[in-house]
Amino acid sequence: MTDYYEERLGELLRRLPPAPAAWVQAAQELPAARRTLDEIVARAEADAEFRRALAADLEAALGAAGYAPAAPVLQELRRRLA
Amino acid sequence: MSPLSDAQLVTRCRAGDHDAWNELVERYSRYVYAIAARGYRLTGTDAEDVFQDVFLRVYDRLDSLREDSALRPWIAQLTRRLCLDCIASRGRETSLDLIERAVEPAIEELHSALDVHEALGELDDACREILDRFFTRDQSYRTISDELGIPAGTVASRISRCLAKLRDRLEGRDVVASASGLATKL
Repeated sequence: MTDYYEERLGELLRRLPPAPAAWVQAAQELPAARRTLDEIVARAEADAEFRRALAADLEAALGAAGYAPAAPVLQELRRRLA
Repeated sequence: MSPLSDAQLVTRCRAGDHDAWNELVERYSRYVYAIAARGYRLTGTDAEDVFQDVFLRVYDRLDSLREDSALRPWIAQLTRRLCLDCIASRGRETSLDLIERAVEPAIEELHSALDVHEALGELDDACREILDRFFTRDQSYRTISDELGIPAGTVASRISRCLAKLRDRLEGRDVVASASGLATKL
C-alpha cells in the first residue's frame, strides 16, 4: 500500500465526523414524536377548547396538557394547526 | 451478518420497524451533518434545525421515494435544499447559485467519504473501532492505546493493517477508486 493511499483514505474518513449524539438521538426518536404530534392534532380537532388554547399560546397549552415536543415537531405542529 | 442495503432499510422503515429507522439515522447522520456543517458551513442552531428537518421529512415522505435504492441521493438533495432555504431565510446577499457552485466540490468529496465510511462499516469491529477513533474522532495513539488496551507501539501498525483491509473492501466494491481518483494514484 502506498503512503498516498493511506493518506487519502484517512482524509476521506476524516470528512465524516460523528454528528452530535443528542441530534442523532432526537432524530431517532422522531417516530415517537410524530405519534405525539398526530395525537395533539387529533385532540385539537376534537376539542374546541384545547384548539383555542393552542391558538392562544401553543407552548403553554402543550405544557399544560403534559406535552413537551422538540423544536422541529413544534414547528411542524404550527404548520399543521395554522 | 452483512448490513442491510438502503432498499431493505427503506422497506423495513415503511413497515414501522423502529430498529431500521435507528439504523437509517445512524447511517446517514454523519453525511447530513457534514453537508450542512462542512459543505454549507452552517453552525449552531441553523445546522441542528436543518439536521432535524431532514430526518423529519425523510420519515414523513419515505412513502414518496420512488426508488428505494435512491435513498442516498434523495437525502443529499433534501439536505442541500434545506441548507439553501436556511441561508436564504437569513437574508444573505450572496446568490444561491453561486453558493451551490462553490459547495459542489465539497459535496462530491463527501459522496466519496460516505463510500469509504460504508466500507468501513463492513470491516470487523476491531478495525472499525480503531479507524473511527483515529480518523473521525481524532484520538491520539496514546488515547487509543489506553482505551482499547492495546500496546501503544502496535496502534500504528494496526491502523495500517486495517487501512489495507479497507482498501481491499473498497476495491471489491469498485466505488471509491473511480469516485475519488484513487486508482490513478496507486
